[in-house]
Amino acid sequence: MSVIEASHLTRSFSRRSGRAWQPRRRTRTTVRAVDDVSFAIGPGETVGYIGANGAGKSTTIKMTTGILVPTGGTVRTFGLEPVGHRTVVARRLGVVFGQRSQLWWDLPLRDSLELLAAIHRLPPARWRPREAELVERLELGEFLARPVRQLSLGQRMRGEVAAALLHEPELVVLDEPTVGLDVLSKERLRTFLRADVAARGATLLLATHDMDDVERLCGRLLVVDHGRLVYDGDIPGLVARVGARRVLVVDLVEPAPPLDAVPGTELVAVEGSGLRQRLAFSPSATTAAAVLAAVSAVAAVRDLSIEEPDIEDVVRRLYLSSGR
Amino acid sequence: MGDPAARPTTAAAYRIVLASRVRAQLQYPVSFTFDLAQSALTFAVGLLEVVAVFSNVTVLADLDLDAALLVYGLAASGFGIANAIAGQLDTIPTYIRAGTLETMLVRPQPVLAQILTSDITLRRLGSVVIGLGTLAVALARNQIAWTPGSVVLLVVTPLAAGLLFSALFLAAGAVQFWLVDAAEVTSAFLYGGNYAAGYSAGVFPLPLRLFVVFGVPVSFAAYLPAAAILGLPGPSGAPGWLGWAAPAVAVAVWFAAMRLWALGLRHYAGAGG
Repeated sequence: MSVIEASHLTRSFSRRSGRAWQPRRRTRTTVRAVDDVSFAIGPGETVGYIGANGAGKSTTIKMTTGILVPTGGTVRTFGLEPVGHRTVVARRLGVVFGQRSQLWWDLPLRDSLELLAAIHRLPPARWRPREAELVERLELGEFLARPVRQLSLGQRMRGEVAAALLHEPELVVLDEPTVGLDVLSKERLRTFLRADVAARGATLLLATHDMDDVERLCGRLLVVDHGRLVYDGDIPGLVARVGARRVLVVDLVEPAPPLDAVPGTELVAVEGSGLRQRLAFSPSATTAAAVLAAVSAVAAVRDLSIEEPDIEDVVRRLYLSSGR
Repeated sequence: MGDPAARPTTAAAYRIVLASRVRAQLQYPVSFTFDLAQSALTFAVGLLEVVAVFSNVTVLADLDLDAALLVYGLAASGFGIANAIAGQLDTIPTYIRAGTLETMLVRPQPVLAQILTSDITLRRLGSVVIGLGTLAVALARNQIAWTPGSVVLLVVTPLAAGLLFSALFLAAGAVQFWLVDAAEVTSAFLYGGNYAAGYSAGVFPLPLRLFVVFGVPVSFAAYLPAAAILGLPGPSGAPGWLGWAAPAVAVAVWFAAMRLWALGLRHYAGAGG
Protein backbone atom coordinates (compact mmCIF):
# COMPACT_ATOMS: atom_id res chain seq x y z
CA MET A 1 0.00 0.00 0.00
CA SER A 2 1.20 3.49 -0.76
CA VAL A 3 2.11 5.87 2.04
CA ILE A 4 0.93 8.82 -0.06
CA GLU A 5 -1.25 8.52 -3.09
CA ALA A 6 -2.33 11.58 -5.03
CA SER A 7 -4.72 11.28 -7.91
CA HIS A 8 -5.46 14.25 -10.16
CA LEU A 9 -4.80 16.40 -7.12
CA THR A 10 -5.77 20.01 -7.73
CA ARG A 11 -5.93 23.05 -5.52
CA SER A 12 -7.01 26.44 -6.69
CA PHE A 13 -7.24 29.63 -4.70
CA SER A 14 -9.42 32.51 -5.61
CA ARG A 15 -7.79 35.81 -5.02
CA ARG A 16 -9.68 39.02 -4.64
CA SER A 17 -8.12 42.17 -5.83
CA GLY A 18 -9.34 45.70 -5.38
CA ARG A 19 -10.52 47.46 -2.29
CA ALA A 20 -12.84 46.10 0.33
CA TRP A 21 -14.85 49.30 0.41
CA GLN A 22 -15.45 49.20 -3.34
CA PRO A 23 -17.02 45.77 -3.69
CA ARG A 24 -18.18 46.36 -7.24
CA ARG A 25 -14.70 47.12 -8.45
CA ARG A 26 -13.28 43.95 -6.92
CA THR A 27 -12.38 41.14 -9.23
CA ARG A 28 -11.84 37.50 -8.48
CA THR A 29 -9.06 35.59 -10.13
CA THR A 30 -8.50 31.89 -9.67
CA VAL A 31 -4.97 30.60 -9.33
CA ARG A 32 -4.24 26.91 -9.67
CA ALA A 33 -1.46 26.28 -7.16
CA VAL A 34 -1.57 22.53 -7.79
CA ASP A 35 -2.91 21.32 -11.10
CA ASP A 36 -3.88 17.71 -11.79
CA VAL A 37 -0.94 16.08 -9.99
CA SER A 38 -0.83 12.28 -9.64
CA PHE A 39 1.84 10.20 -7.89
CA ALA A 40 2.20 7.38 -5.41
CA ILE A 41 4.93 7.07 -2.81
CA GLY A 42 5.63 3.62 -1.35
CA PRO A 43 6.96 2.76 2.14
CA GLY A 44 10.65 3.52 2.61
CA GLU A 45 10.94 5.71 -0.48
CA THR A 46 12.91 8.95 -0.26
CA VAL A 47 11.34 11.49 -2.54
CA GLY A 48 12.44 15.00 -3.38
CA TYR A 49 9.65 17.35 -4.32
CA ILE A 50 11.25 20.18 -6.19
CA GLY A 51 10.34 23.27 -8.08
CA ALA A 52 10.86 26.99 -7.98
CA ASN A 53 9.21 29.15 -5.33
CA GLY A 54 5.49 29.28 -5.93
CA ALA A 55 5.49 26.08 -7.98
CA GLY A 56 2.98 24.45 -5.63
CA LYS A 57 5.24 22.44 -3.33
CA SER A 58 3.90 23.73 -0.03
CA THR A 59 0.30 23.47 -1.15
CA THR A 60 0.79 19.79 -2.00
CA ILE A 61 2.40 19.21 1.38
CA LYS A 62 -0.48 20.94 3.14
CA MET A 63 -2.96 18.70 1.35
CA THR A 64 -1.07 15.49 2.16
CA THR A 65 -0.71 16.40 5.83
CA GLY A 66 -4.32 17.39 6.45
CA ILE A 67 -3.96 21.18 6.59
CA LEU A 68 -5.77 21.97 3.35
CA VAL A 69 -8.51 20.19 1.43
CA PRO A 70 -8.06 19.71 -2.32
CA THR A 71 -10.43 21.51 -4.65
CA GLY A 72 -10.15 18.65 -7.10
CA GLY A 73 -8.86 15.06 -7.20
CA THR A 74 -7.94 13.08 -4.12
CA VAL A 75 -5.00 12.49 -1.82
CA ARG A 76 -4.64 9.60 0.61
CA THR A 77 -2.04 9.47 3.36
CA PHE A 78 -1.65 6.01 4.96
CA GLY A 79 -4.76 5.20 2.92
CA LEU A 80 -6.78 7.87 4.75
CA GLU A 81 -8.33 11.13 3.69
CA PRO A 82 -5.99 13.42 5.67
CA VAL A 83 -8.23 16.32 6.72
CA GLY A 84 -10.96 14.03 8.05
CA HIS A 85 -8.45 11.79 9.85
CA ARG A 86 -6.14 14.56 10.93
CA THR A 87 -5.13 13.28 14.37
CA VAL A 88 -4.71 9.64 13.23
CA VAL A 89 -2.46 10.81 10.39
CA ALA A 90 -0.60 13.23 12.70
CA ARG A 91 0.44 10.40 15.05
CA ARG A 92 2.32 8.69 12.23
CA LEU A 93 3.64 11.84 10.63
CA GLY A 94 6.58 14.14 11.43
CA VAL A 95 6.68 17.54 9.72
CA VAL A 96 9.30 20.27 9.64
CA PHE A 97 8.29 23.57 8.11
CA GLY A 98 11.58 25.35 7.51
CA GLN A 99 9.94 28.76 7.65
CA ARG A 100 8.06 28.37 10.93
CA SER A 101 8.77 26.96 14.32
CA GLN A 102 6.84 24.27 16.08
CA LEU A 103 8.79 24.79 19.27
CA TRP A 104 7.55 26.89 22.17
CA TRP A 105 9.71 29.97 21.80
CA ASP A 106 9.80 30.94 25.49
CA LEU A 107 10.55 27.43 26.74
CA PRO A 108 13.83 25.51 26.75
CA LEU A 109 14.13 22.95 23.95
CA ARG A 110 14.02 20.19 26.56
CA ASP A 111 10.53 21.33 27.66
CA SER A 112 9.30 21.51 24.08
CA LEU A 113 10.35 17.90 23.58
CA GLU A 114 8.60 16.86 26.78
CA LEU A 115 5.44 18.69 25.68
CA LEU A 116 5.48 17.02 22.28
CA ALA A 117 5.95 13.63 23.92
CA ALA A 118 2.85 14.39 26.00
CA ILE A 119 0.88 15.58 22.96
CA HIS A 120 1.81 12.39 21.12
CA ARG A 121 1.07 10.48 24.32
CA LEU A 122 4.35 8.62 24.25
CA PRO A 123 5.24 6.54 27.31
CA PRO A 124 8.49 7.69 28.97
CA ALA A 125 10.05 4.29 28.30
CA ARG A 126 9.71 5.02 24.61
CA TRP A 127 10.52 8.70 24.26
CA ARG A 128 13.31 9.10 26.83
CA PRO A 129 15.72 6.80 24.94
CA ARG A 130 14.69 8.41 21.65
CA GLU A 131 15.31 11.87 23.10
CA ALA A 132 18.76 10.77 24.29
CA GLU A 133 19.51 9.42 20.80
CA LEU A 134 18.40 12.65 19.10
CA VAL A 135 20.32 14.82 21.57
CA GLU A 136 23.47 12.87 20.85
CA ARG A 137 23.18 12.63 17.08
CA LEU A 138 21.94 16.16 16.47
CA GLU A 139 24.34 17.53 19.12
CA LEU A 140 21.63 19.31 21.08
CA GLY A 141 23.27 18.86 24.48
CA GLU A 142 24.87 22.28 24.85
CA PHE A 143 21.66 24.24 24.27
CA LEU A 144 18.98 21.85 25.50
CA ALA A 145 18.27 24.00 28.56
CA ARG A 146 18.19 27.31 26.69
CA PRO A 147 14.91 28.98 25.67
CA VAL A 148 14.28 28.43 21.97
CA ARG A 149 14.20 32.15 21.17
CA GLN A 150 17.88 32.39 22.18
CA LEU A 151 19.01 29.72 19.74
CA SER A 152 20.83 30.38 16.47
CA LEU A 153 19.04 29.39 13.28
CA GLY A 154 21.17 26.26 12.90
CA GLN A 155 20.57 25.21 16.51
CA ARG A 156 16.85 25.87 16.23
CA MET A 157 16.62 23.86 13.03
CA ARG A 158 18.26 20.87 14.71
CA GLY A 159 15.74 21.31 17.51
CA GLU A 160 12.88 21.41 15.00
CA VAL A 161 14.06 18.18 13.41
CA ALA A 162 14.35 16.51 16.81
CA ALA A 163 10.82 17.71 17.65
CA ALA A 164 9.43 16.29 14.41
CA LEU A 165 11.17 12.93 14.77
CA LEU A 166 10.72 12.32 18.51
CA HIS A 167 7.69 10.08 17.97
CA GLU A 168 9.53 8.06 15.30
CA PRO A 169 7.08 8.87 12.51
CA GLU A 170 6.67 6.48 9.58
CA LEU A 171 6.40 9.43 7.23
CA VAL A 172 8.77 12.39 7.48
CA VAL A 173 7.80 15.51 5.57
CA LEU A 174 10.33 18.30 5.35
CA ASP A 175 9.49 21.63 3.75
CA GLU A 176 12.70 23.56 2.99
CA PRO A 177 14.53 22.20 6.07
CA THR A 178 17.95 23.62 5.18
CA VAL A 179 16.88 27.10 4.08
CA GLY A 180 19.21 29.74 5.53
CA LEU A 181 21.69 27.26 7.00
CA ASP A 182 25.43 27.43 6.39
CA VAL A 183 27.09 24.69 4.36
CA LEU A 184 28.39 22.77 7.38
CA SER A 185 25.05 22.82 9.21
CA LYS A 186 23.24 21.70 6.06
CA GLU A 187 25.60 18.81 5.59
CA ARG A 188 25.34 17.65 9.20
CA LEU A 189 21.56 17.80 9.07
CA ARG A 190 21.46 15.82 5.82
CA THR A 191 23.79 13.16 7.18
CA PHE A 192 21.59 12.73 10.22
CA LEU A 193 18.33 12.65 8.24
CA ARG A 194 19.69 10.12 5.79
CA ALA A 195 20.79 7.77 8.57
CA ASP A 196 17.65 8.17 10.68
CA VAL A 197 15.20 7.62 7.85
CA ALA A 198 17.17 4.62 6.54
CA ALA A 199 17.53 3.01 9.98
CA ARG A 200 13.81 3.21 10.68
CA GLY A 201 12.65 2.37 7.16
CA ALA A 202 10.67 5.59 7.16
CA THR A 203 9.33 7.33 4.09
CA LEU A 204 10.72 10.77 3.30
CA LEU A 205 9.10 13.54 1.34
CA LEU A 206 11.38 16.51 1.01
CA ALA A 207 10.24 19.74 -0.60
CA THR A 208 13.15 21.94 -1.48
CA HIS A 209 14.72 24.09 -4.10
CA ASP A 210 18.18 23.10 -2.97
CA MET A 211 19.51 20.57 -5.49
CA ASP A 212 22.14 19.35 -3.02
CA ASP A 213 19.44 18.33 -0.53
CA VAL A 214 17.88 16.18 -3.20
CA GLU A 215 21.14 14.67 -4.39
CA ARG A 216 22.16 13.69 -0.87
CA LEU A 217 18.82 12.50 0.44
CA CYS A 218 16.48 11.38 -2.30
CA GLY A 219 16.26 8.36 -4.52
CA ARG A 220 13.39 9.76 -6.49
CA LEU A 221 12.40 13.17 -7.76
CA LEU A 222 9.09 14.82 -8.41
CA VAL A 223 9.47 18.12 -10.24
CA VAL A 224 6.62 20.60 -10.31
CA ASP A 225 6.30 23.69 -12.39
CA HIS A 226 3.35 26.06 -12.21
CA GLY A 227 1.41 23.45 -10.24
CA ARG A 228 1.97 20.67 -12.75
CA LEU A 229 4.09 17.57 -12.34
CA VAL A 230 6.70 17.75 -15.10
CA TYR A 231 9.02 14.94 -14.02
CA ASP A 232 8.79 11.79 -11.91
CA GLY A 233 11.89 9.62 -11.77
CA ASP A 234 15.46 9.42 -10.50
CA ILE A 235 18.25 11.99 -10.77
CA PRO A 236 20.26 10.30 -13.56
CA GLY A 237 17.02 10.10 -15.53
CA LEU A 238 16.43 13.83 -15.05
CA VAL A 239 19.98 14.67 -16.10
CA ALA A 240 19.64 12.42 -19.14
CA ARG A 241 16.39 14.07 -20.08
CA VAL A 242 17.39 17.68 -19.81
CA GLY A 243 21.16 17.28 -19.80
CA ALA A 244 21.84 19.19 -16.62
CA ARG A 245 24.56 21.49 -17.78
CA ARG A 246 27.51 22.93 -15.97
CA VAL A 247 28.83 26.29 -16.95
CA LEU A 248 32.53 27.01 -17.38
CA VAL A 249 33.23 30.69 -16.74
CA VAL A 250 36.53 31.85 -18.20
CA ASP A 251 38.21 35.19 -17.53
CA LEU A 252 40.58 35.97 -20.36
CA VAL A 253 43.79 37.97 -20.30
CA GLU A 254 42.59 40.07 -23.25
CA PRO A 255 39.16 40.62 -24.76
CA ALA A 256 38.46 37.93 -27.35
CA PRO A 257 35.77 37.41 -29.95
CA PRO A 258 32.85 35.19 -28.82
CA LEU A 259 34.04 31.61 -28.22
CA ASP A 260 31.12 30.06 -30.05
CA ALA A 261 32.98 27.27 -31.79
CA VAL A 262 34.14 25.17 -28.83
CA PRO A 263 33.01 21.56 -29.42
CA GLY A 264 30.28 20.25 -27.10
CA THR A 265 29.48 23.67 -25.61
CA GLU A 266 27.03 26.46 -26.02
CA LEU A 267 28.11 30.03 -25.47
CA VAL A 268 25.58 31.47 -23.00
CA ALA A 269 27.03 34.89 -22.26
CA VAL A 270 29.81 37.27 -23.18
CA GLU A 271 30.63 40.01 -20.67
CA GLY A 272 33.12 42.87 -20.53
CA SER A 273 33.42 43.00 -24.35
CA GLY A 274 34.74 39.46 -24.42
CA LEU A 275 36.86 39.45 -21.24
CA ARG A 276 34.52 37.02 -19.49
CA GLN A 277 32.67 34.29 -21.37
CA ARG A 278 30.32 31.61 -20.13
CA LEU A 279 30.17 28.23 -21.84
CA ALA A 280 27.55 25.68 -20.94
CA PHE A 281 28.34 22.02 -21.45
CA SER A 282 26.80 18.71 -20.63
CA PRO A 283 29.10 16.42 -18.56
CA SER A 284 27.87 13.46 -20.58
CA ALA A 285 29.06 15.07 -23.84
CA THR A 286 32.41 16.51 -22.86
CA THR A 287 34.58 17.30 -19.81
CA ALA A 288 35.61 20.53 -18.18
CA ALA A 289 39.24 19.69 -19.05
CA ALA A 290 38.43 19.26 -22.75
CA VAL A 291 36.49 22.53 -22.84
CA LEU A 292 39.31 24.35 -21.07
CA ALA A 293 41.88 22.91 -23.46
CA ALA A 294 39.79 24.04 -26.44
CA VAL A 295 39.41 27.54 -25.01
CA SER A 296 43.13 27.80 -24.15
CA ALA A 297 43.97 26.95 -27.76
CA VAL A 298 42.36 30.21 -28.95
CA ALA A 299 42.70 32.60 -25.97
CA ALA A 300 44.87 33.00 -22.86
CA VAL A 301 42.87 32.12 -19.74
CA ARG A 302 43.57 34.16 -16.60
CA ASP A 303 41.02 32.60 -14.24
CA LEU A 304 38.13 30.16 -14.35
CA SER A 305 35.26 28.78 -12.33
CA ILE A 306 32.63 26.12 -12.86
CA GLU A 307 28.99 26.69 -11.97
CA GLU A 308 26.91 23.69 -11.06
CA PRO A 309 23.43 23.41 -12.56
CA ASP A 310 20.91 25.08 -10.31
CA ILE A 311 17.47 23.67 -9.89
CA GLU A 312 15.79 26.68 -11.42
CA ASP A 313 17.79 26.08 -14.58
CA VAL A 314 17.03 22.35 -14.60
CA VAL A 315 13.33 23.02 -14.16
CA ARG A 316 13.38 25.66 -16.85
CA ARG A 317 14.98 23.28 -19.29
CA LEU A 318 12.57 20.55 -18.26
CA TYR A 319 9.77 22.97 -18.91
CA LEU A 320 11.16 23.69 -22.39
CA SER A 321 11.74 20.03 -23.17
CA SER A 322 8.21 19.10 -22.13
CA GLY A 323 7.12 21.35 -24.96
CA ARG A 324 4.83 23.63 -23.02
CA MET B 1 5.77 9.51 37.42
CA GLY B 2 4.38 5.95 37.60
CA ASP B 3 4.96 3.15 35.13
CA PRO B 4 7.45 4.36 32.50
CA ALA B 5 5.97 2.02 29.89
CA ALA B 6 2.45 3.39 30.27
CA ARG B 7 1.00 5.78 27.74
CA PRO B 8 0.19 9.08 29.42
CA THR B 9 -3.51 9.78 29.64
CA THR B 10 -5.05 12.82 28.00
CA ALA B 11 -5.32 14.44 31.44
CA ALA B 12 -1.61 13.85 32.11
CA ALA B 13 -0.77 15.36 28.74
CA TYR B 14 -2.68 18.52 29.62
CA ARG B 15 -1.11 18.66 33.08
CA ILE B 16 2.39 18.60 31.61
CA VAL B 17 1.48 21.32 29.13
CA LEU B 18 -0.13 23.53 31.76
CA ALA B 19 2.71 23.10 34.25
CA SER B 20 5.21 24.24 31.64
CA ARG B 21 3.09 27.30 30.81
CA VAL B 22 2.97 28.33 34.45
CA ARG B 23 6.73 27.78 34.80
CA ALA B 24 7.40 29.91 31.74
CA GLN B 25 5.34 32.81 33.08
CA LEU B 26 6.78 32.78 36.55
CA GLN B 27 10.26 32.98 35.03
CA TYR B 28 9.80 36.72 34.72
CA PRO B 29 8.25 37.80 38.03
CA VAL B 30 8.53 41.55 37.44
CA SER B 31 6.82 41.46 34.07
CA PHE B 32 4.26 39.05 35.49
CA THR B 33 3.44 41.46 38.35
CA PHE B 34 3.06 44.40 35.97
CA ASP B 35 0.77 42.41 33.70
CA LEU B 36 -1.32 41.31 36.64
CA ALA B 37 -1.61 44.91 37.86
CA GLN B 38 -2.51 46.15 34.41
CA SER B 39 -5.28 43.59 34.02
CA ALA B 40 -6.64 44.47 37.47
CA LEU B 41 -6.47 48.17 36.65
CA THR B 42 -8.59 47.77 33.51
CA PHE B 43 -11.34 46.28 35.59
CA ALA B 44 -10.92 48.80 38.38
CA VAL B 45 -11.57 51.56 35.82
CA GLY B 46 -14.78 49.78 34.78
CA LEU B 47 -15.74 49.64 38.43
CA LEU B 48 -15.14 53.37 38.83
CA GLU B 49 -17.42 53.98 35.87
CA VAL B 50 -20.22 52.08 37.56
CA VAL B 51 -19.70 54.06 40.75
CA ALA B 52 -19.59 57.36 38.80
CA VAL B 53 -22.84 56.59 36.98
CA PHE B 54 -24.61 55.75 40.22
CA SER B 55 -23.32 58.76 42.12
CA ASN B 56 -25.33 60.89 39.67
CA VAL B 57 -28.48 58.80 39.53
CA THR B 58 -29.40 56.94 42.65
CA VAL B 59 -31.43 54.33 40.86
CA LEU B 60 -30.78 53.30 37.26
CA ALA B 61 -33.43 50.97 35.86
CA ASP B 62 -34.17 48.98 39.01
CA LEU B 63 -30.61 48.88 40.32
CA ASP B 64 -29.12 51.08 43.02
CA LEU B 65 -25.34 51.36 43.44
CA ASP B 66 -25.06 48.40 45.81
CA ALA B 67 -27.02 46.14 43.47
CA ALA B 68 -24.94 47.37 40.53
CA LEU B 69 -21.77 46.48 42.46
CA LEU B 70 -23.09 42.95 42.86
CA VAL B 71 -23.79 42.73 39.12
CA TYR B 72 -20.38 44.11 38.34
CA GLY B 73 -18.62 41.75 40.78
CA LEU B 74 -20.32 38.71 39.29
CA ALA B 75 -19.63 39.81 35.71
CA ALA B 76 -15.98 40.72 36.36
CA SER B 77 -15.25 37.45 38.18
CA GLY B 78 -16.79 35.45 35.37
CA PHE B 79 -15.08 37.49 32.69
CA GLY B 80 -11.74 37.15 34.48
CA ILE B 81 -12.04 33.38 34.65
CA ALA B 82 -12.97 33.21 30.97
CA ASN B 83 -10.18 35.59 29.99
CA ALA B 84 -7.58 33.49 31.81
CA ILE B 85 -8.78 30.27 30.19
CA ALA B 86 -9.78 31.36 26.71
CA GLY B 87 -8.49 34.91 26.28
CA GLN B 88 -5.77 33.82 23.84
CA LEU B 89 -8.45 32.84 21.33
CA ASP B 90 -8.33 36.45 20.17
CA THR B 91 -4.79 35.86 18.88
CA ILE B 92 -6.07 33.48 16.19
CA PRO B 93 -5.37 35.98 13.38
CA THR B 94 -1.73 35.98 14.50
CA TYR B 95 -1.70 32.17 14.59
CA ILE B 96 -3.12 32.13 11.07
CA ARG B 97 -0.71 34.73 9.70
CA ALA B 98 2.39 33.29 11.35
CA GLY B 99 1.52 29.76 10.28
CA THR B 100 1.41 28.54 13.89
CA LEU B 101 -1.99 27.07 13.13
CA GLU B 102 -0.40 24.82 10.51
CA THR B 103 2.02 23.37 13.04
CA MET B 104 -0.92 22.76 15.36
CA LEU B 105 -2.81 20.97 12.62
CA VAL B 106 -0.06 18.39 12.20
CA ARG B 107 -0.13 17.40 15.87
CA PRO B 108 -2.42 14.67 17.17
CA GLN B 109 -4.42 16.89 19.50
CA PRO B 110 -7.47 19.03 18.84
CA VAL B 111 -6.47 22.52 17.72
CA LEU B 112 -8.73 24.14 20.29
CA ALA B 113 -7.02 22.21 23.10
CA GLN B 114 -3.64 23.33 21.80
CA ILE B 115 -4.67 26.97 21.64
CA LEU B 116 -6.27 26.93 25.08
CA THR B 117 -3.16 25.40 26.63
CA SER B 118 -0.71 27.40 24.52
CA ASP B 119 -1.03 30.51 26.61
CA ILE B 120 -2.61 30.13 30.00
CA THR B 121 -2.19 33.68 31.13
CA LEU B 122 -2.22 33.85 34.88
CA ARG B 123 -1.87 37.62 34.76
CA ARG B 124 -5.39 37.86 33.41
CA LEU B 125 -6.56 36.59 36.78
CA GLY B 126 -6.16 40.25 37.82
CA SER B 127 -9.76 40.86 36.81
CA VAL B 128 -10.86 37.94 38.97
CA VAL B 129 -9.21 39.63 41.94
CA ILE B 130 -11.11 42.88 41.29
CA GLY B 131 -14.32 40.93 40.64
CA LEU B 132 -14.13 38.95 43.85
CA GLY B 133 -13.21 42.10 45.81
CA THR B 134 -16.21 43.96 44.39
CA LEU B 135 -18.37 40.95 45.12
CA ALA B 136 -17.25 40.94 48.77
CA VAL B 137 -18.05 44.67 49.15
CA ALA B 138 -21.40 44.21 47.42
CA LEU B 139 -22.33 41.32 49.68
CA ALA B 140 -21.59 43.42 52.75
CA ARG B 141 -23.61 46.41 51.50
CA ASN B 142 -26.67 44.66 50.08
CA GLN B 143 -29.49 43.36 52.20
CA ILE B 144 -29.41 39.75 51.14
CA ALA B 145 -31.83 37.17 52.40
CA TRP B 146 -29.33 34.37 53.02
CA THR B 147 -30.97 31.20 51.85
CA PRO B 148 -29.30 28.01 50.55
CA GLY B 149 -30.58 29.14 47.15
CA SER B 150 -28.82 32.52 47.18
CA VAL B 151 -25.57 30.92 48.41
CA VAL B 152 -25.62 28.36 45.59
CA LEU B 153 -26.41 31.10 43.11
CA LEU B 154 -23.48 33.21 44.36
CA VAL B 155 -21.04 30.32 43.94
CA VAL B 156 -22.42 29.01 40.69
CA THR B 157 -22.91 32.34 38.90
CA PRO B 158 -19.25 33.41 38.51
CA LEU B 159 -18.37 29.91 37.29
CA ALA B 160 -21.30 29.82 34.88
CA ALA B 161 -20.42 33.35 33.78
CA GLY B 162 -16.84 32.17 33.20
CA LEU B 163 -18.17 29.35 31.06
CA LEU B 164 -20.49 31.68 29.18
CA PHE B 165 -17.84 34.29 28.50
CA SER B 166 -15.34 31.66 27.38
CA ALA B 167 -17.97 30.36 24.95
CA LEU B 168 -18.27 33.91 23.59
CA PHE B 169 -14.47 34.07 23.29
CA LEU B 170 -14.61 30.80 21.37
CA ALA B 171 -17.37 32.05 19.08
CA ALA B 172 -15.42 35.25 18.49
CA GLY B 173 -12.30 33.16 17.81
CA ALA B 174 -14.20 31.00 15.34
CA VAL B 175 -15.47 34.07 13.50
CA GLN B 176 -11.81 35.06 12.98
CA PHE B 177 -11.44 32.29 10.43
CA TRP B 178 -13.73 34.33 8.20
CA LEU B 179 -12.57 37.76 9.32
CA VAL B 180 -8.85 37.35 9.62
CA ASP B 181 -8.32 41.04 9.22
CA ALA B 182 -11.20 42.19 11.39
CA ALA B 183 -9.75 41.39 14.79
CA GLU B 184 -10.88 44.75 16.07
CA VAL B 185 -14.51 44.07 15.17
CA THR B 186 -14.65 40.91 17.23
CA SER B 187 -12.79 42.49 20.07
CA ALA B 188 -15.36 45.29 20.21
CA PHE B 189 -18.04 42.62 20.20
CA LEU B 190 -16.36 40.81 23.08
CA TYR B 191 -15.35 43.59 25.37
CA GLY B 192 -18.57 45.38 24.53
CA GLY B 193 -20.31 42.22 25.72
CA ASN B 194 -18.58 42.41 29.04
CA TYR B 195 -19.49 46.09 29.32
CA ALA B 196 -23.16 45.26 28.79
CA ALA B 197 -23.04 42.48 31.39
CA GLY B 198 -22.02 45.00 34.01
CA TYR B 199 -25.29 46.93 33.62
CA SER B 200 -28.93 46.19 34.12
CA ALA B 201 -30.67 45.00 30.98
CA GLY B 202 -33.22 47.73 31.77
CA VAL B 203 -30.96 50.63 30.73
CA PHE B 204 -31.03 49.54 27.11
CA PRO B 205 -33.92 50.19 24.70
CA LEU B 206 -36.01 47.16 23.81
CA PRO B 207 -34.36 45.90 20.59
CA LEU B 208 -30.96 46.18 22.22
CA ARG B 209 -32.33 44.52 25.34
CA LEU B 210 -33.59 41.57 23.29
CA PHE B 211 -30.17 41.35 21.68
CA VAL B 212 -28.41 41.50 25.02
CA VAL B 213 -30.61 38.84 26.63
CA PHE B 214 -31.10 36.51 23.71
CA GLY B 215 -28.55 37.44 21.05
CA VAL B 216 -25.52 37.58 23.26
CA PRO B 217 -26.90 36.23 26.51
CA VAL B 218 -24.52 38.12 28.71
CA SER B 219 -27.30 39.22 31.02
CA PHE B 220 -27.49 35.66 32.23
CA ALA B 221 -23.94 36.00 33.44
CA ALA B 222 -24.64 38.62 36.09
CA TYR B 223 -27.75 40.74 35.95
CA LEU B 224 -30.45 38.07 36.12
CA PRO B 225 -28.68 36.04 38.85
CA ALA B 226 -28.05 39.25 40.83
CA ALA B 227 -31.75 40.12 40.58
CA ALA B 228 -32.58 36.64 41.87
CA ILE B 229 -30.08 36.91 44.73
CA LEU B 230 -31.48 40.31 45.76
CA GLY B 231 -35.10 39.23 45.31
CA LEU B 232 -35.69 42.02 42.75
CA PRO B 233 -38.44 41.57 40.15
CA GLY B 234 -35.99 41.68 37.22
CA PRO B 235 -36.93 42.94 33.76
CA SER B 236 -40.65 43.15 33.15
CA GLY B 237 -42.14 39.91 31.91
CA ALA B 238 -39.06 37.82 32.77
CA PRO B 239 -39.87 34.84 34.98
CA GLY B 240 -37.85 34.56 38.22
CA TRP B 241 -36.24 31.24 37.31
CA LEU B 242 -34.26 33.01 34.58
CA GLY B 243 -31.76 33.96 37.29
CA TRP B 244 -30.99 30.25 37.59
CA ALA B 245 -30.62 29.68 33.87
CA ALA B 246 -26.96 30.81 33.56
CA PRO B 247 -25.37 27.31 33.66
CA ALA B 248 -27.84 25.93 31.10
CA VAL B 249 -27.41 28.99 28.88
CA ALA B 250 -23.63 28.67 29.19
CA VAL B 251 -23.71 25.03 28.12
CA ALA B 252 -26.03 25.84 25.21
CA VAL B 253 -23.80 28.69 24.05
CA TRP B 254 -20.78 26.38 24.33
CA PHE B 255 -22.43 23.89 22.02
CA ALA B 256 -23.23 26.60 19.51
CA ALA B 257 -19.71 28.03 19.77
CA MET B 258 -18.16 24.57 19.26
CA ARG B 259 -20.22 24.12 16.11
CA LEU B 260 -19.07 27.49 14.87
CA TRP B 261 -15.46 26.62 15.71
CA ALA B 262 -15.66 23.37 13.74
CA LEU B 263 -17.11 25.28 10.79
CA GLY B 264 -14.36 27.88 11.11
CA LEU B 265 -11.62 25.24 10.99
CA ARG B 266 -13.29 23.66 7.99
CA HIS B 267 -13.41 27.07 6.34
CA TYR B 268 -9.70 27.50 7.03
CA ALA B 269 -8.86 24.12 5.46
CA GLY B 270 -10.90 25.11 2.44
CA ALA B 271 -9.86 28.69 1.95
CA GLY B 272 -6.78 29.46 4.03
CA GLY B 273 -3.10 28.84 3.46
